[in-house]
Amino acid sequence: MTTEVGSEPEVKKEPEKSSEEAQAEQQQQLAEQPAEPSESEPSAAAEPQPTPTDSTKPDNTDQQENAEAEPSSPPPSSGQKKEKGISRFLPPWLKRQKSHSQVEPKESSSPTDTPNQTLTEKQEEEEKEEEEAEAAEEQVGKAPEEAEKRQEEAGPKEEGEAVSPVVEQPAETKEVKAEVKEEVKAEEVQAENNSVGSVETQPAKEEKEGTSAEKKGEKGGEEVQESSVLSPLKLGKKMKIVVCHVTLLDGTQFPCEVEKRAKGQYLFFKVCEHLNLLEKDYFGLSFKDNADQRCWLDPTKEIKRQIRNSQWQFAFNVKFYPPDPSQLTEDITRYLLCLQLRQDVSSGRLPCSFVTHALLGSYTLQAELGDYDPEEQRLDSIADFQFAPSQTKELEEKVVELHKSHRGMTPAQADVQFLENAKKLSMYGVDLHHAKDSEGVDIMLGVCANGLLIYKDRLRINRFAWPKILKISYKRSNFYIKIRPGEAEQFESTVGFKLPNHRAAKRVWKVCVEHHTFFRLTNPEQPTKSKFLTLGSKFRYSGRTQAQTRQASTLIDRPAPYFERTSSKRISRSLDGAPVISVSDHGHMLDSARTPGSGENGHDPALELSSDSKSPQVEEEAEPGKGAVAGAVPAELPFETGTDGADSSETKSKLRVQGENIYVRHSNLMLEDLDKTQEDVLKHQASISELKRSFMEAAPEPRPSQWEKRLTGSPATGLRLQAQGSLEEELTSLFLSKARFTGLAASYSTAAAPAESAVTASSEKGNVHLGTVSSAESRNIDQPPVVKTEMVTISDTFAAQKTEIATKEVPIVHTETKTITYEAAQLDGTGDGEPGVLMTAQTITSESLCTTTTTHITKTLKGGLSETRIEKRIVITGDSDIDHDQALAQAIKEAKEQHPDMSVTRVVVHKETELAEDDD
Amino acid sequence: MQADFGRFTHAVMRAAPDSLAAQALRSGPAELQVDIEAVRREEEQYVSVLEKTLGLRVVRLEADEELPDCVFVEDPAVVCGNTALITRPGAPSRRKEVGEVMFAKPVDATPVTATLDAGTPVVATPFFVGLSKRTNRRGAEILADTFQDYAVSTVPVLDTLHLKSFCSMAGPGLIAIGSSEAAQKALKTMQQMSDHKYDKLTVPDDLAANCIYMNLPDKGHVLIHCTPEQFPESAKVFEKLKDHMLIPVPNDEKRKVDGCLTCCSVLINKPSKV
Repeated sequence: MTTEVGSEPEVKKEPEKSSEEAQAEQQQQLAEQPAEPSESEPSAAAEPQPTPTDSTKPDNTDQQENAEAEPSSPPPSSGQKKEKGISRFLPPWLKRQKSHSQVEPKESSSPTDTPNQTLTEKQEEEEKEEEEAEAAEEQVGKAPEEAEKRQEEAGPKEEGEAVSPVVEQPAETKEVKAEVKEEVKAEEVQAENNSVGSVETQPAKEEKEGTSAEKKGEKGGEEVQESSVLSPLKLGKKMKIVVCHVTLLDGTQFPCEVEKRAKGQYLFFKVCEHLNLLEKDYFGLSFKDNADQRCWLDPTKEIKRQIRNSQWQFAFNVKFYPPDPSQLTEDITRYLLCLQLRQDVSSGRLPCSFVTHALLGSYTLQAELGDYDPEEQRLDSIADFQFAPSQTKELEEKVVELHKSHRGMTPAQADVQFLENAKKLSMYGVDLHHAKDSEGVDIMLGVCANGLLIYKDRLRINRFAWPKILKISYKRSNFYIKIRPGEAEQFESTVGFKLPNHRAAKRVWKVCVEHHTFFRLTNPEQPTKSKFLTLGSKFRYSGRTQAQTRQASTLIDRPAPYFERTSSKRISRSLDGAPVISVSDHGHMLDSARTPGSGENGHDPALELSSDSKSPQVEEEAEPGKGAVAGAVPAELPFETGTDGADSSETKSKLRVQGENIYVRHSNLMLEDLDKTQEDVLKHQASISELKRSFMEAAPEPRPSQWEKRLTGSPATGLRLQAQGSLEEELTSLFLSKARFTGLAASYSTAAAPAESAVTASSEKGNVHLGTVSSAESRNIDQPPVVKTEMVTISDTFAAQKTEIATKEVPIVHTETKTITYEAAQLDGTGDGEPGVLMTAQTITSESLCTTTTTHITKTLKGGLSETRIEKRIVITGDSDIDHDQALAQAIKEAKEQHPDMSVTRVVVHKETELAEDDD
Repeated sequence: MQADFGRFTHAVMRAAPDSLAAQALRSGPAELQVDIEAVRREEEQYVSVLEKTLGLRVVRLEADEELPDCVFVEDPAVVCGNTALITRPGAPSRRKEVGEVMFAKPVDATPVTATLDAGTPVVATPFFVGLSKRTNRRGAEILADTFQDYAVSTVPVLDTLHLKSFCSMAGPGLIAIGSSEAAQKALKTMQQMSDHKYDKLTVPDDLAANCIYMNLPDKGHVLIHCTPEQFPESAKVFEKLKDHMLIPVPNDEKRKVDGCLTCCSVLINKPSKV
C-alpha cells in the first residue's frame, strides 16, 4: 500500500509532461489533420525523466521496433498484441522482477512451500503493477501521437481484434506454448536487461498478472475458490471467479460471477441477458472509482484493470439517452429507459418543473399500477413512489389527479407518454461535469447527443454542436475543444476548461468521444483514420453507433418479451422466479467455471459482432478472418501435440475444418445417459426459460416469405393440409482454444465450399433424428397445445484427460453436448411405427456467416393423408458470446413465419461446447 | 418545441392611462408628443383582433394613472404553459404594476425578486433572455429555476430595452429578426445556443420583428404583425408567409414610448378553467 501511495504522483507526472509536449505540437497543427505520430514521440522520449518509470518510454519504443522487426512470427506478435496497453509500458526493472516471478504460478499452486516473504514481495509487486497499469493507461491517454503510432503499427492486429475473433488466435498459441516459454525465460531476462522489451516478455508478464490477480482476489475476499467444487472441470488458477454485484435499474441486485480477467463486455452481456435486453447499445455499466466518481466500464478492457481497488460493484445505467425514444423497437428497452429517467428525475439529476414532475409521476403510476382505482390508491400508498427530489403533498395530489385521466392506458403506452414528455426536458440526456472556465468561474459541462453544453449557474451560456467541434483533447486537468471557425471568422479557436483533476478531464473527454461517435457518426471511428479527434488516448468508442443500433433494432423480430415491472416484482418473483434464480446464480458459477472460454470470449469485442448477424460490421469480420487463416495453421500444430488423448474432439474439429461430417458423434452422444448433476440440468433449464416462453407464446404470424414461396408448389401447401412441421434446431457452439477457434472461424467464413460440409453433416444428423424421433402425425388439430419434454445430455468426454492435461499446462479440449427437445404433446399418442410412403424429399442449405441452415423437407403419404415434415437444422458456429437462446428463439420465429400453416412440433437444441483451458 | 406552441385562449390587457402620454418611460426623445387618443385607438383595434377575429377571451384591467406604463402588461409576467413568473420590472416606476397583473393571471404565479422584464425572454427552446439594462443575470437565473423544463440562455442586448424589441417567434421554429447588426448578432447567439435549427425571417426594421404568433384550433398559424403604413418593407416580408393568417395591427403611437405589439398583452393557454 505504501508503495502505491508513494509512487503514484510520480507515475502521474511523467506522462503528463510528455503529453504536454505532444499537446504543444499538436496545437500547431491544422485542426483536421491527424497528428503525425512521429512528431511527439521523440519529444516524449527525449523528455528527461527522473522517476523510475521513465524507462517506459525507451522501452516502449524499443518494443515497438522490436515488434516491427519481427512481424512474421505470429506467436511473439500475439504476445505483444494481447499485452497492448499495459505491459508494453512496463519498465525493465519491473519486468526483471517479473521474470523472476515467473515461477510464481508454481509456487502458488503449491502453497505449502511458499514463504511468507515471497508473498509480501509479490503483493508489493502486484501493487506496483497496478500502478504501472494505471500509468500506462494514462500515458496512453496523454501521449496521443505515441499511442496513435503504436496503434498504427499494431494496427492490423488491434483493429482486427475489434472486429474478428481470429486475431485472438496467436495469443492462445502462446499459451499452448507454455512449456516453450520457460526455456525462453533466460533470454528474456537478458533482453530486458538491455532494455529491449522482447515480445517474449509479454507472456511472462501475463503470467505474473495472473498471479497478482489471484493474490488480489484472496485479499479482497471476494474470490470464490472453486477448485474443490468443480475439480474435474477446472484447472487450478484458471478458475478465478469473482462475484460482481450489479445494481439494476429497478433497484435489485444482480450477482454475476465472472472470470477475474473478464472484460467489461462479458459482464455487460450477462446483465443484458439477465434483463432480456436486445437494444443494449444505449446502456452501460458504471462503477464508482476511488474518488467516488462515476465511471463507465469499458467493454473492451478487463474489468479488474478498470475498477482497480474498488469493489466489484456496478450499476446498470442508460449511457446514451436516445433523443427519440419512440424509435426504440422494444417496449422492454423503453421500460428500462423509463426506470433510468425516474431515477434521474427523483434524484434531481434531471430537473423539471412542478407540472412536469406531476405529469411524469402520473405516467409512472399508470405504468406501474394501471388504471386509477380509488379503492386501492390513496395518497399514503402513492407516497411510496418518489416523483421528485422534494415531494410535496401538493405534488402527490396533482399526480393522482393526472393519473385519473390516463384511464385505459397500457403500461407500455404510459411509458411512451412518459418518455415523450421526459425527452423534451432540456437536461434530458445531458451528462454534467463540474469545471471552471478560463477565468476560474464555476461552470458545468454538459455532454449530450447534440454536442457540448456549457452551463453557468442555471443558465446555458454556450453550446457547441458536434459539427462545430473540430477536436477535443485533454491535458492534465484541462479539457479543450477546438471550434470550427464561423462564417466570418478565419481561424479556429480553442476553448479550454479546467476540470477538478486529471481523471475528471479524461472522463469528460471520454464521454465526449463516446457521445460524438454514438450520435453523430454512422460507424465507429477507425482509430487510425481519425479525423475528428486527433489528440488524446487511443480510446475510441467501440460499440455500435446509434445509426447501427437502430438498424440492428429493425431486425429484432422476437415476440415482445415479457418483463416484470417493479411494482409487480414481488409477486412474480415468488411465482416463477425463485427456483430459477437460485439455480441460475449457481449456473453462472458453473458456467464460468466450466467454460472459461466464455469468460475468455468476453475479452474479445469482435465476438459481440459475430454473435449478432444484424450488425453491418459482421461482414467486415470476414476480412480479418481471411487474413488469419494462415495464422491458424501454426496455431493448430501445438494443439495437436498437446491433446493426444483428446482425440475425438480433436478429430472432430479437424474434420470440421476439412468439411467432413462431424455430427455423427453428437448423435450418439444424445443417446448417452444423463450423467450430469441435477444442478447442471436446472441451470440449463434456467438459461433456456426465455426460449421456452417464446416458443410457447409466439403465435405463428402468417407472412409471405421466401421460404413460403419456395414451398407453394408443394402438395402440402396446395392441399392446405394441416401438417406439422418438425422443426429441429441445432445450436452448436464451439469453445475451442482461441487459436483453433479462430482458425475454424476463418475456414468457415472463407472456405470456398463450406456448404458441402454443412449439408453432409446435417443430413447425417438428420438421419439420426428421423430414426429416433417419432414422426409428427396429428394433422387436423389446429395449433395443438405444446408440451415440452426436455432431455439434457451432457457428456463430459474429456474430464479425465483434462485433469491430467492440466498438470502439463496444455490446452484442454472439453466437449459438452446438450440436447433439449421440445415436442408437441400428441406426438406420443401416434404410432410412429406406421410407415409412410415417402413422396419427396429435398434438402436446402443456406448459409450466413456463422449459421448454416439446412432444411430437410420430406413429404410422406400415410393413411391417405399427406404429411409434410420440414426439418430445419440451424448450425450456429460461434463462441460463448452468442446468445443461444435468442438465436434459437429467432430461429423458431423465423420458421414459424416461413411456414405459417404448419406448426412446430419439436425443437431439438443440441449444444456442443468445446473448451480448451486457457492457461496463463 | 412544445406541441401546443402558440396555442392561447386568453389575453390579459390593461387600459392605457392618460399619464402615459406624458410620463411613460421612453428611450427616444422626451419631447416626442404621444397622442393618447391614438394609443387608445390602436388598443381598441388590438382588442378587437384578439376578441373578434381570433376568439380569445380578453381580460382587461383598469388603467392606473399612477402607473403610466401599465398598458404594457407583458413586462410584469412571463407565462409559459401553466406557469407564470411574476417579475420585478427593471424600471422602479413599473414595479407596482406587478400586483394587479399577478391577480389577473389565471395560472400559477411565482413572484420574483430579481430584476427581470418579462419582455426580455423569447419563449423558445431554450428560453432566450436578453440581458439589458432592464433585465439582469439574476433575473435570468430565476427564470431558469422557474421553468426548469427549459434551458435558459442569455443574449446580450445592447441598444434596446428588450430582446423582443428586435426579435420574436413568428412560428414554430421560425424567428423573426431585425436586420440591425445587434439583432443579427443576437440571432447568431441564439442559433448557436439552440438545440433546434431555427429558420429566420429577417425583416428590414428591427421593431417590425416584434410580432405575435398564435396557433389557434380553427385558424391555424396566426401572425399579428406591423402594418404596411408603419413598416412598408417589413410588412412585405411578412406578406410572403403563405401559411399564416396575417393580421396587421398598427402600433405607431405606442412605439413612441417603446411599446411593441407583444408588450400589450399577456397570452395564456388555459382551455378548461377561468
